[in-house]
Amino acid sequence: MSLLIRLNEFINFELIIRSLPKLLDGAKISLLISLCSVVLGVTLGIVVATGRLSKFWLSRGIASLYVAFVRGTPMIVQIFIIHYGLAELGLRLPAFASGIAALSFNSAAYMGEVFRGGIQSIDIGQTQAGLSVGLTPFQVFRYIVFPQAFRRVIPSMGNEMVTLTKDSSLVNFIAIAELTYRATLIASRTYEYFTMYIGIALVYFAITFVLSQLLSWLERRMGPYDTNSEPGKSLRR
Amino acid sequence: MIRIVNLEKAFGDNRVLRGISATVGRGEVVVLIGASGSGKSTLLRCVNLLEEPDSGEIWIDGVEVTARGVEKHLVRRETGMVFQQFNLFPHKRVIDNITLAPIRVRGLTHKDAEKIAMELLSKVGLADRARAWPHQLSGGQQQRVAIARALAMQPKVMLFDEVTSALDPGMTGEVLGVMKELAADGMTMIVVTHEMAFAREAGNKIIFMHDGVIVEEGPPSELLVNPQHEATKDFLSKVL
Repeated sequence: MSLLIRLNEFINFELIIRSLPKLLDGAKISLLISLCSVVLGVTLGIVVATGRLSKFWLSRGIASLYVAFVRGTPMIVQIFIIHYGLAELGLRLPAFASGIAALSFNSAAYMGEVFRGGIQSIDIGQTQAGLSVGLTPFQVFRYIVFPQAFRRVIPSMGNEMVTLTKDSSLVNFIAIAELTYRATLIASRTYEYFTMYIGIALVYFAITFVLSQLLSWLERRMGPYDTNSEPGKSLRR
Repeated sequence: MIRIVNLEKAFGDNRVLRGISATVGRGEVVVLIGASGSGKSTLLRCVNLLEEPDSGEIWIDGVEVTARGVEKHLVRRETGMVFQQFNLFPHKRVIDNITLAPIRVRGLTHKDAEKIAMELLSKVGLADRARAWPHQLSGGQQQRVAIARALAMQPKVMLFDEVTSALDPGMTGEVLGVMKELAADGMTMIVVTHEMAFAREAGNKIIFMHDGVIVEEGPPSELLVNPQHEATKDFLSKVL
């Protein structure tokens, strides 16, 4: 009881409740941005991975350069380049689109590396067996290598998704009215910084927690087949 | 049926095949023997273009498959291959391992492909394991599924690459049994193996390879009993 009273001195519960509709709106936008960026990031990531593994030196070079650039520069700078930088060159994107583009491009580099590792971990015998029954190299990738690689990278892909969801808060700097942006707005008006940021921290945590649970469920369902587990059934760990 | 003319293949400085010429008649079972590194597996893998020869020709059924512009996957439809390590697709059930290529390559319906797959599984004695996952099978069972998978494409020739080397002795017999039946059915086969009993029983011709060349070839009754070259005698004295 006494703890709750002490907490009350620092956290303005009444303000949280009052701002809840606005924060939930912001959370919706955060979720939407994250979701779009995850989907685009995974898709582009597969392209990046195939580029990195291509037999053509040009695709390999472009993909490697891309990954190196994204990994070697701050995300916030990437966001500014896409939103403000490209605008100067005549490509004026709405903030929302810039945000999703920046997060997707960023995530694609990391997802690409995750997928590349997964694809390379699949035994070459699988490719040879696929080719030997007359599948084209693309069919071998589509039906044999990729499905196995995908199952293997679910854990690291999940990490990437959680990171991306948290990083979506960075787009508040280009004035997208997502969760962090709204919290900052309310906090600067009411001077209740502690309350607002603890509040949205809990919201982010709730989102990533649910996401993590979903991912570990997926992992149990689709886990690798090269263990002694029964595919399709839960692993007991 | 298969004609190999002056085939050469090098990996870097290592000349693995140094001018190989051989023929395999329709329905013939040709057994390739030789020490490790003699080039027999490489030769086998050249036949379905898993390895690209540096020079020379391979003709299958009157078509030069080593010619420029030949689509490799079209050649591989006609040449079934079974590997030492089975290489079943672990993410697919037994039946789906077999139906994948007939559906995706030949364009068969699921129903037709499954009908063929079940017939082949019966043939290799595994009809009751159609719904199993590969890792639930023993090595010998996996290898028999791999044979069924290759047969499902109705290939003109079957290539066997040391298919019993990764198996326990007990399981070797069941796989060799399937191969003998296949040979008796008239399938054209090229078999790389160290199983001399199989070579003697099922082979029409034995080819002995040494350092990338064919040293000697002939029917088992001659080559195994009365080898002409020192290298052949030396090899046979170790494996017989």
